[in-house]
Parts: sequence; C-alpha cells; structure tokens
Amino acid sequence: MEDRHRMHNFRSNTLPAIVMVGPVTLFMVLLVAVPLIYVAVMSFCSIDDNYNVVFQFTWKNYVRLANADYMKIYGQSLLIALITTVLSLLIGYPFAYIISRSDSRWKKLLYMLVIIPFWTNSLIRIYGWRTFLGSNGWLNTALQALHIVKEPVEFLFQRGTTVLGMVYCLIPFMILPLYTAIEKVDGSLLEASSDLGARRIITFFRIVIPLTASGIFSGCLMVFIPCLGYFFVSEILGGGNSDVIGNLIERQFQSGNNWPLGAALSIILIVVTLVLVKLFQKAGGNMEDLGM
Amino acid sequence: MRMKRRKRTVLTRIRDVLFCAIIYLFLFLPISVIVVNSMNATTSKPYLAWKGFTLAWYVRLFDNTELLGSFRNTMIIAVVSTLLSTIIGTMGAVGMYKYKFKGKSIIDGLLYIPVVIPEIVLGISLLTIFSKVNIPRGMLTLILAHVTFSIPFVIFNVRARLAGYDNSIDEASMDLGANRIQTFFHVTLPVLAPGIAGGALLAFTLSIDDIIISYFVNGQVKTYPLRVMESIKSGVAPDVNALSTLILIATIVFVVLTQSGILNKNKKR
Amino acid sequence: MGYIVELENVDKIYGENHVVKSLNLKVEEGEFLTLLGSSGCGKTTTLRMIAGFEEPTNGNIRVEGEAIEDKEPYERDVNTVFQSYALFPHMTIYDNIAYGLKMKKVPKDEVQERVLHMMDLVQLGGFEKRYPSQLSGGQKQRVAIARALINRPKVLLLDEPLGALDLKLRKQMQLELKRLQKKLNITFIYVTHDQEEALTMSDRIAIMHDGILDQLGTPTEIYEKPATRFVATFIGETNIFDGAVADVKDGQVQVTIENGIISAKDFMSKSGQYVTISVRPEKMKFRDTPTTDFTIPAVVKDYVYVGSIIKCVVELPNGNEIRIERLAGQELPELGTTIYPYWDMEDAVVIHGQEQEMLRAMDSIQFS
Repeated sequence: MEDRHRMHNFRSNTLPAIVMVGPVTLFMVLLVAVPLIYVAVMSFCSIDDNYNVVFQFTWKNYVRLANADYMKIYGQSLLIALITTVLSLLIGYPFAYIISRSDSRWKKLLYMLVIIPFWTNSLIRIYGWRTFLGSNGWLNTALQALHIVKEPVEFLFQRGTTVLGMVYCLIPFMILPLYTAIEKVDGSLLEASSDLGARRIITFFRIVIPLTASGIFSGCLMVFIPCLGYFFVSEILGGGNSDVIGNLIERQFQSGNNWPLGAALSIILIVVTLVLVKLFQKAGGNMEDLGM
Repeated sequence: MRMKRRKRTVLTRIRDVLFCAIIYLFLFLPISVIVVNSMNATTSKPYLAWKGFTLAWYVRLFDNTELLGSFRNTMIIAVVSTLLSTIIGTMGAVGMYKYKFKGKSIIDGLLYIPVVIPEIVLGISLLTIFSKVNIPRGMLTLILAHVTFSIPFVIFNVRARLAGYDNSIDEASMDLGANRIQTFFHVTLPVLAPGIAGGALLAFTLSIDDIIISYFVNGQVKTYPLRVMESIKSGVAPDVNALSTLILIATIVFVVLTQSGILNKNKKR
Repeated sequence: MGYIVELENVDKIYGENHVVKSLNLKVEEGEFLTLLGSSGCGKTTTLRMIAGFEEPTNGNIRVEGEAIEDKEPYERDVNTVFQSYALFPHMTIYDNIAYGLKMKKVPKDEVQERVLHMMDLVQLGGFEKRYPSQLSGGQKQRVAIARALINRPKVLLLDEPLGALDLKLRKQMQLELKRLQKKLNITFIYVTHDQEEALTMSDRIAIMHDGILDQLGTPTEIYEKPATRFVATFIGETNIFDGAVADVKDGQVQVTIENGIISAKDFMSKSGQYVTISVRPEKMKFRDTPTTDFTIPAVVKDYVYVGSIIKCVVELPNGNEIRIERLAGQELPELGTTIYPYWDMEDAVVIHGQEQEMLRAMDSIQFS
C-alpha cells in the first residue's frame, strides 16, 4: 500500500519536474557552466604560430599576466571601479532616499525617470557625452562663446571622463537596490528614533544606514564588477588612456589573437567576482537582492 | 513660534528638489544631445558642428538599409529571446519552487553567474564554446546568448512573486477537479503574471541594449548597438540619432500607457 | 499645579480631510487618560501631534505650560510606544532600551544600571543579547514600553500598544501597564478603539468621533451619563429611542416616539424639543399592560444565551429591535407574547442636541 503510494508520487512528480526544470538546466549547464570551465581550461593552453589554440599545457599565460604593463592596468581598472562605486553610492544614496520618501503621487514618476534613459542604447548615450564634452563639443563651444576660455579645454580621454561614463552607465544598478531597501524601512522606526531623542543625522547613521546595508552592498557589487569589464566606455570616453581589464580581454579575443591569454585575463575577473560575492555574503548580503 | 520648524522643512525640501534636479539633468543630458543632434542639418563628418535645424534625417533614415536592417535584427533577437527566456524561466522558477530534486542547489548557484559576472566574461566564454563546437556565429548564437543572460532575471522576478504564493490555491483547484496542467494555466499562471511580466520587460530591455555579449557572438550579423559601435569611429551620423529619438519616444509612450493602465486599475480597487 | 498637557483649539487638516476639529483637552499630571474612538476618529493623529510627528494646522499644544509646536520630536520630553512596537531590528534588546539614554549622552555605567533595572521592571531580565525577531509579541511589547519609560518622560504616549496581542495576553498586559503607571507615577495618554480596555484601565476617557471630542469623563460618568448619542452606542450596549418631548413636569419628561410614549427623569428639556433617550439593556423592565408613561408594545422575538446572561430581543411595531438583558434564571417573557417595556425614570439618560445624529440614524438602519 505504502509502496504504491510512493510509486504514484514518483510517477506524478518526476515527469513534471523534468519538463519544468529541464530547459533551464540545459541552458545553465551548457551555456554557463561548460563555457566557463572551457575558458578555465583554455587559460592553460598554448597557441601555434597562426594563433590557433593548441591543447598543450602551459603556465605561460599566467606568467604573462604579471607583466608590468598589465599590472598597471589592473591597478587602474580597480581604481576606476572603486571611484565609480564610491561616487555612485554618494550620489545614488541621497537620491534614492529622497525619491523613496517622496509623496506617493510623485514617487512612481520620479522612479520611471531614472529608468527611461536606460531604454535608449547606452552606446549612443555615451557618445552623447562625447559630443557634449569633445574639443569641438557643445560645452567647449559654449565656454568659448561666453569668453570663459580661449582655447578648447580637453575634457575627454582622461580617467575622469571614463569614470563619468561608468557612473553614468552603472548608477541605476546602485539606485534601484538602494531604492528597494529604503522603501522597506518602516517609517515608524525613524519616528521611534526621533522620539527617543536622536536628531535626523543620527537617525540616518544609526537606523537608516544599518537597515539598508544589504542594499548598499548589492548596489556596490553591481557597480564595481561590471565596471572592470565595460571596455566600450573607456574606448569611447577614455580614448585608450584609461583602459580597464575588459579592454585587455577584448583585444585578445579579436579574431586571430591570443585567446588563451584572454582566457587567463578573464580568470582574473572571475576570481575578483568570486571574492567580492563571498565578501558580500559574509557581510550578510542577500543574493536575491542582486536580481533587481 | 511655529515658523521656525516650518521654515526648516521648506529649506530641506528646496535642497532635496535641487539635488534631484541635478541628478536628472545628469541622466538626461546625453539624451538631449542625441535628440538635438538628430535635427542637425550638418552633412559632414563627424557631425558635431551645428548647421541649422532640419527634420531631413528622419526621412533619410528610411533609406539607410544597413541601419534599418540592424534595428530589425535587434528587434527579432529581443522578441524571440524574451519569449524563450520568459517561458523557460517561468517554468523553471515554478518547477524549482514545487519540486525537490538532486542538483537543485547547483542550478540555483549557476543562475547567479550571469547576473554577477562581468558581461565580457560571459561573452568570451560563449564565443570560445561556440567556436569549439563549430556553431556558426549569427542570429542563432545571438539568440542563445541573450536567452542565457535573460533567464536568471525572469526567474528572480517570478520567484519574488512565488514567495508570497499560497500553495493551498493549487490544492483547491485540484480539489475542484482541475488536473495539473489546467491548474497551472488557470490558477498558477494568472497569479504569477505580474512577476512574469516584470521579468519579460527586464529581459527585453537587457536584450535591446546589449553590446558586450553580442559583440563576441554576432559573427557577421549586426545588431543596432553594434552598428552604432562601428559608426562611432567615424562619427555617429544624425540618422542614428533620429532612430534613437524615435525609439525613445516609442518607449516613453509605452511606459506612459502601461503605467497609467496600472494607475487606473489601482483607482478601480 | 497646572495641567501637564494642554491642547487648545487644535485642528489638523490634510488637504480636504478635517481630521481633528478644534480640539480642547487638558490632561492632569499623573493620570491615565485614554483617547477612545473608532478608526479614523482622529485619536492617533492627536497623539502624533503631541509627540511631534505631525504639526497641528491651527491651535496650540503645551507641555507643562510650555508651547512645543516648534520643537522637533527629539526635543520633546514625551515618549511614544508604537502600535507596531517599532523596535530596531538590527539592535539587541539592550541596545534598543539604551538608545534614548545614549542619545542623551548619559555615562555608560549609568546606562547599564538603568537598562538592567528597567528590564527587571518589565520582567525581561536575561534577554539583553537577544534581537527583536527572537521575541514573542508580548515580549516585544515590554521592550517597547521599557525603551520609552527609561527616558523618564513627562508623558508617555501609547498608540494602541496591545492591538497585536491575543486576548489573554492583552488582559494581562492591561493590568501590568496600569501597575507600571501607578508605580512610576507617569502621565499616560493611551489610544485605543477597544472600549473595554478603556473602561478597565483609564482614570479618564476622552471619546472622539469624527475629529470631535464628544465626551471627557471617568469611566463611570461615560457609561452612566453618555453626553452624546455616539457615546451611548459606542460604550456598551444600549437601546436608543428618538422622539419629541410632549410634556414636562416635576423633573420628568414624556417623549413621543414613533411607537408611542416613553418617559424619563430630566430637568433640562423643554416641550417640543427633539431628544434621544438611551437605556441600557440590563435596566430594561417589562409588564403585560401599558401605563400613561410607557405605551409601546413589543413582541418577544428571540433569546440569546451569553453564558450567565440571557439577552431577550423584542420587536417594536415599526420593526426596530430592542434588547432586554437578564441574569440566567431570572424571569423572562415567553416567545411570541406581547409585552410593554419600561424602566425606572432615573435609569434612562436623556441626550440633547443630537438632531443631526438622529436624522442620520433614521436614514440608515437603526442600531442599538
């Protein structure tokens, strides 16, 4: 009797489970897990004279990663990512705070206004910055017309402009989790804090910040990590003067280049990502918050 | 007496409004550049100097078959990959919520990878595997790639909805004589609809805007963002700006329509 | 000694909503005052204005004679116990309770001593290191009270603090709160919609209705001498009769209602005035024949047994129902028979100036 019961359960659950979860599994295994493993394998491969990948074990790629020029770029990339993250947080937090605490009639509109720019292709928007900041750009034209400067100012092709572009591209990934986290803070906690004698600034640091820590962590993660790979931003705004790790990888994967070396460079990004995610979890971050 | 407190409130309000205004200016500045430049009469590269107002680019745009073709590719990829990732993701989310099976935590972990890992890593890993198994790069690989990075976002959205899902309504449905499939379509799916819609919207947005992953798996097929990337070296022509402006207007209309629809529903309640 | 809290002509208007209308209220030092009313009557808004979370649109609020409208909540010597407890989820119980003292920069040793003492007082000794999520509803409630009381506020404001607890715990906490209040001799202003809770705990009750203070008095006064039709129906069960005064003599009025004549003791009424008469079910009597003072017939419709009490529902000719309450075992009329309800003259309360309420009640279904 009990056996039949179990049989029935087995038959009625296995088939639907396979039908429902099978396709996801297929995609995640074949197009996420396997390719990443393959990249890891490739990072130990050699190349022949025609830059074809040869399955012959070597440490050479990893040795080349320690090259001084590369080291400089890792440092630069991490620095750009760090500054971008800090700026995004400093701008994004008060902004998310204000819109999440605004009148409910306005809230939805204010929120949508953050998202709408991101429905226009990001390359074009980055190019818009270039049009605005370039030596023949609008800002320079305006400054010259107003006789504030005589010669065009070179705004572009510096680390600063790359950071500007990164902040611009990535700040919604900071604002949105912060907004969600701040929304969740029960207003009566703020009232309670005030009632117990805390001024606004103290309430902010003692109550609001700790309660939105998870949002802060996930925002920082979602800004910092992509920042290492957004090669097109530094290409368009940085003009080769402020490469990020992404630029190094991209060059190796243009046709006919050294894929195994590119694979090894990618491993750096994977390791950085893993470390940061681990830190995120250690700090009490919730992985679900990352899905937006 | 009471003035002091009110004055302080007004001052903080002014400060907040100013701050937000600056941020919105920052967000919308490049967009206004795009819109204005789409009406620039200049015809010489790099199309920067202002040569007067014209709407000619909005007409000429329709002769630029390369540009329109890339836009068509982007739309096809976005629609197909959104459909696929929404179906696969929804089934997956429900399946993983309902059934226990071996390796579930592994799939769960894999789902986070496309979300957190830099896009470039996903892009090159797909490129290497596609070239290894000799899948010719083109529409197929683009769609496969887009489905792959969209699925987790659909799943997380549906899962958020499932978190508040009352299992007893499924049991009630079956108690009332509906089989599993009928229950799924008549009960489970409608309840999850807002999460599914949110996930689909996100998948669509990610797909039409994707540069990095498409850049590595496109082969000869040009999507709209990739077409733009190519033209950046020589200066983006105003017809590209014109198309972007049209897309922007279309999305704003879409957002306004859907949002006001939601508002109306709320009012009815 | 003056009043500890005074509200003078206080108005609160949100857009089109006039939530509190020209409220005057004086709270005595050391008393347990309850603001009682149904949801949306303005009681919570009143409390929040005293705490400083809301600003009055008009009028003045004084604490110990000092105007406080311009003070922020953190500058006021009042503390609040929130309906949702509002415990800080990321702090231990100890840190929650110590929060107010830390804000006042009280020395660490003293903080520790006072927190531990307070925790003993609310019977939470040993819970210092726990977090709010690890506590039961009743324990959270005690933390919320301790966190507010430790600041030795001049007034403690409590916003439906027992609303989320189950019945048994609520009863127990009512007694405990009352005990604490007497022991610490702090003025409590307590908001609730539960009339039984108000009657049990309060020194005085302020009944609010549609933003207006209907009546302020001791529980007994409120029960025995309701000043408005609303108070009469809101506190306890009652039978309401609306009519016009037909005759006044010797401190007694005869009132014509739809179904006949009833009478009550009253010195205030004039002939022709509209009045409302309220009689508690337990004060109702009945006999087989009409008298000159009581001429309404009624048919016995139903009995409802509520433990030791039997409620008898009788129907008047116009379809209105009234209730008569008896202890089990006492004599009651038989089902279906016609009786003539009456009461001792002094057991009825005559309420004046309720024409508006009366008209409104006549439009809707008669409630009793």
